[in-house]
Amino acid sequence: MRKKLLNGPYLAWMLVFAILPLFIVVWYALTAEIGGERSFSAGHLARVFEPIYLRVLWRSLKLAAVSTLLCFFLGYPAALILTSRQFRRRSILVVLIVLPMWMNFLARTYAWLTLLEKNGVVNSVLSFLHLPAFNILYTDAAVILGMVYNFLPFMILPIYSVLYKIDHSLIEAAEDLGATPLVTFRRVIFPQSLAGALSGVVMVFMPAMTTFVIPRLLGGGQYTLIGNLIEQQFLTTYDWGFGSALSLFLMALLLVTGALLMRSRGDGEGGLW
Amino acid sequence: MVRRVSSRVYLALVFLFLYAPIAVLMIFSFNSARSRGVWGGFTLDWYAQLFHDRQIMSSLYYTIACAVLASVFATVLGTVAAIGLSGMRGLPRALTAQLVYLPMINPDIVMGLSLMLLFISIKIPLGFLSMLLAHITFCLPFVILSVLPKLKQTQAELYDAALDLGATPLMAYAKVIIPQIRPGILTGFLLAFTMSIDDFVVSFFTTGNGVTNVAITIYAMARRGMNPKINALLTIMFAGVILLLFIANRRTADAKTRR
Repeated sequence: MRKKLLNGPYLAWMLVFAILPLFIVVWYALTAEIGGERSFSAGHLARVFEPIYLRVLWRSLKLAAVSTLLCFFLGYPAALILTSRQFRRRSILVVLIVLPMWMNFLARTYAWLTLLEKNGVVNSVLSFLHLPAFNILYTDAAVILGMVYNFLPFMILPIYSVLYKIDHSLIEAAEDLGATPLVTFRRVIFPQSLAGALSGVVMVFMPAMTTFVIPRLLGGGQYTLIGNLIEQQFLTTYDWGFGSALSLFLMALLLVTGALLMRSRGDGEGGLW
Repeated sequence: MVRRVSSRVYLALVFLFLYAPIAVLMIFSFNSARSRGVWGGFTLDWYAQLFHDRQIMSSLYYTIACAVLASVFATVLGTVAAIGLSGMRGLPRALTAQLVYLPMINPDIVMGLSLMLLFISIKIPLGFLSMLLAHITFCLPFVILSVLPKLKQTQAELYDAALDLGATPLMAYAKVIIPQIRPGILTGFLLAFTMSIDDFVVSFFTTGNGVTNVAITIYAMARRGMNPKINALLTIMFAGVILLLFIANRRTADAKTRR
């Protein structure tokens, strides 16, 4: 039996349900209906570059970048601590990082409303401690918090998995040669963890750039990031051409950033963790 | 010593951050006051009422039906594809491997809306079937990527030996290869199942006609204020999934000690 033939059904499936849909998006993005006839047109793509939409794009890029940076600076130390030898059962701790993902993410994000409200849990605790209230709900800060909250495990896990594999004798060698902990970290540990850090950055930045749920729930009523804009084109204004053009642009943007980052990783393996 | 303590405190804060919303959700499923944020005393009413809520029960039914069907189908198709992929070499293999990643790297919003456009173009009505087809598509990579490493570990000679001993290729797979890669298949199935249960974005675009899953119901409720019945449901589901993972983990641990 030729094993290769076993791929037939799968390839056919992917052709119909993964490749063909993308071609339909491209088709809608590049054509326009004029007088009942579809013909090629750059109109939809040109609209993407109108100042009002570029502002949305810029805002999305900014929020996604800030969230990614925060995830990195919060997640790296956490990953580093998880690899240290002070915990007897650290595999359980790693599972605890992933576990929240098994509670529906919409509900978890919505629960932040209960925490962040004016009279919510966080402010009750703060007022009990006689600290000033914390009101960020329906602002950029709340959206960033929602993104960091949802995507932090995607930063911690890939970094943890590379740190875990670092040859411990290298660290001991650095210490024997008189390196301070800071120097050991900077010259031995950190360079070896770059691959994981880059996967983490990609895995956080991509969903942060495309989410429309988090800004909708935590950003209040008329909050627009590029994800919201795309969703609106398809489900509210029914402008499929423009929506497709936006999606195409977004995909191209993510593909280029992803490819650039992964190239600098330079191990050729597309593995996630 | 100071470093040790401070690193423990740091990790505790990270866990507090990750678990605070879950704790809130679970605690408020026992809250007798309806509004969020006000504690009115302990009650199990929401758990009782949950089972009489038509909308929630139907969304739960669709969620589970979709997750079971999608993960079973994706597991079969994905396992066969992984076996096929392991027999490929050179460029076709590289291209297929890239194809495996496509649904994972494609943003879920683009996947959802592109599938919606497809279903509308080829006139598959938006509803349970279209949602199921979409779920199978995004579940496939998880199955393939769980099965492939196990296939790498199995020895090709075993398959040839089975053929030499007179097994048909089908028998060789059923009796020799499949048992060897079973843990990978099980992992793939569980991953696919949980991905399907948790999905919102792709379902949101590809369903229609009164077919909603739990995530879509939550999204719709979030605008009006969430009903505590949903908190009760999610608490049960969360406990269920954890139990499932615990059993799976126990089984693999048992298998290891037996060997």
